Amino acid sequence: MAAAPVSSTRRRKRFANREAVAGWLFASPWLIGFVAFTMGPMIYSILLLFLKWDLITPPEWGGLANFTRLVGDRRVPIALYNTAYYTFIGVPVQLAVAFLLALALNVQIRGLALYRTIYYLPSITPAVASAVIWLQILHTDYGTLNEFLRNFGIAGPNWLYEPALAKPALIMMSVWGIGPQMIIFLAGLQGVPAVLKEAATIDGAGEWSQFRHITIPIITPIIFFNLVVGIIGSFQVFTAAYIMTGGGPENSTLFYVLYLWRNGFEYFRMGYAALLAWVLFFIISFFTVIQFGLAGRWVYYEALRS
Amino acid sequence: MAQQQSIKSASDAGPLRFWQRMSVQRLAGRLLLHAILILLGITFMVPLLWTLSTSFKHPGQVFTRPIQWIPQTLRWSNYQEVWTILPMPLFIRNTMVISVTALIGTLLSTSLCGYSFARLRWPGREKVFALVIGTMMLPGAVLLVPQFVLFRSLGWIDTFFPLIVPAWLGGGAFYIFLYRQFCSNIPYEMDEAAIMDGAGYFRIFWQIILPLTRPALITIGLFSFLSHYNDFMGPLIYLNSNRNYTLSLGLRMYQGRFGYDWHWVMAASVITVAPVIVIFFLAQEQFIAGVQLTGLAGR
Repeated sequence: MAAAPVSSTRRRKRFANREAVAGWLFASPWLIGFVAFTMGPMIYSILLLFLKWDLITPPEWGGLANFTRLVGDRRVPIALYNTAYYTFIGVPVQLAVAFLLALALNVQIRGLALYRTIYYLPSITPAVASAVIWLQILHTDYGTLNEFLRNFGIAGPNWLYEPALAKPALIMMSVWGIGPQMIIFLAGLQGVPAVLKEAATIDGAGEWSQFRHITIPIITPIIFFNLVVGIIGSFQVFTAAYIMTGGGPENSTLFYVLYLWRNGFEYFRMGYAALLAWVLFFIISFFTVIQFGLAGRWVYYEALRS
Repeated sequence: MAQQQSIKSASDAGPLRFWQRMSVQRLAGRLLLHAILILLGITFMVPLLWTLSTSFKHPGQVFTRPIQWIPQTLRWSNYQEVWTILPMPLFIRNTMVISVTALIGTLLSTSLCGYSFARLRWPGREKVFALVIGTMMLPGAVLLVPQFVLFRSLGWIDTFFPLIVPAWLGGGAFYIFLYRQFCSNIPYEMDEAAIMDGAGYFRIFWQIILPLTRPALITIGLFSFLSHYNDFMGPLIYLNSNRNYTLSLGLRMYQGRFGYDWHWVMAASVITVAPVIVIFFLAQEQFIAGVQLTGLAGR
């Protein structure tokens, strides 16, 4: 391996070149996929914005027709309101339940594995199956939920047929699937260094003050992560509404992606659906950027090394 | 020092001494906690238990009051009927073809890319990786329409290609991230030694890295399989004819056509959910580890 010093730099360079070629080559599946299935379609969908196209007749140049339709479309504000309601009430409720469960499981409790399994299992149930199952749970006359309420003499309401209750009912159902958030919180809580808590105990800090000043700050990045991911996911809610309510009653569960889907694949307005998708993209990006902007104020990053 | 000693010996105490040491107040707290967790746990299990119980009921027993959690007689024929009134075996076959083919593609492409991002040095690597992470934040709904137009122009409508090919090309940013994390923990001496021996990068990847990253591959495989198995919107958009239907679409047919025959709908649900639950129990640790890693992705 004793190469002459002159050629050694050249050789290293040749190796570096080979490595670079290999690097790009190995990453090429993703690069090709990204260009073909993400970037390409996104650029193409900018063109779609100006087209009138029902997939059957050839696309026509529509100018700003899709934009004027958007301005006049009264279902868009309804869909946005429903989606915002579902997201900004649903996500905090989901996170609160997930966090409380994680706290309860973080005390070296017996049967942790069993509890963890029970709370996680619903979240891997296929979306269609859980929609079908919850259709029964929430049934007015025969549903398990109203049957349970009847034990207390409460006449259960028309969960999915009452405009004021359909969204809360779907939020309730979404809480059933908080398993992953709970696991992530639990991992975060278990990552709080015991040394810090011991030190605080020696300093005479009570349980609450430890929780408030050590646990919470250290897991703020986890809360932040669950919040961002939860909001992005929640904005795209589709399957439950598609199967359980079809957007009703009175459009009260007409969520944004459901409306987008209908425009694209039921009304075949490809251009308009593409525009709705871009609006969603900017709304979600807006909230994501805001969250990252606000993160500096409450998310505690210094404690993290890895 | 003495303080530490006492903490250590306390935690070493056997179960008996543990109970003796526990104050009444603490014990009461623990019991209350268990009571709450059990009650909540039952609540979480009710939908699945109800599904299982209904799938064995006679149609006339489904809505008896009070609810019969364990049917008097188990009606196994619900399953036989569900199997034949709609082509359930075909749904299962289609679902498996899609999920398994996509799984293989995901494993290959994410491991190749993850290896490249973790262990090969190439100009632009960090920027491309930032792009990978960026796509994790991209809402998938945005691509619905243009991707549909693309796959339609390729003549892929009513085929499995739109559901499989993307898995072979990249396979998902999160999986690449996960594999890269795992991959970068392997000592670099192994690669260097192999290069000295004249091994090419692909051989290093195939013979050294791939076997060492088995746990990551299992985790990625699980998540990939389940996401394709559970997918509803993809098949809904791309598969039109019944002979191509997956379990998700099939289950929806049961619900649509036999909406009031809950014993059938629930038997079909059990058939759909059961494999997922079995897989979860077989690989619980990998699952939990994988979900925990999702949280780390946020850092």
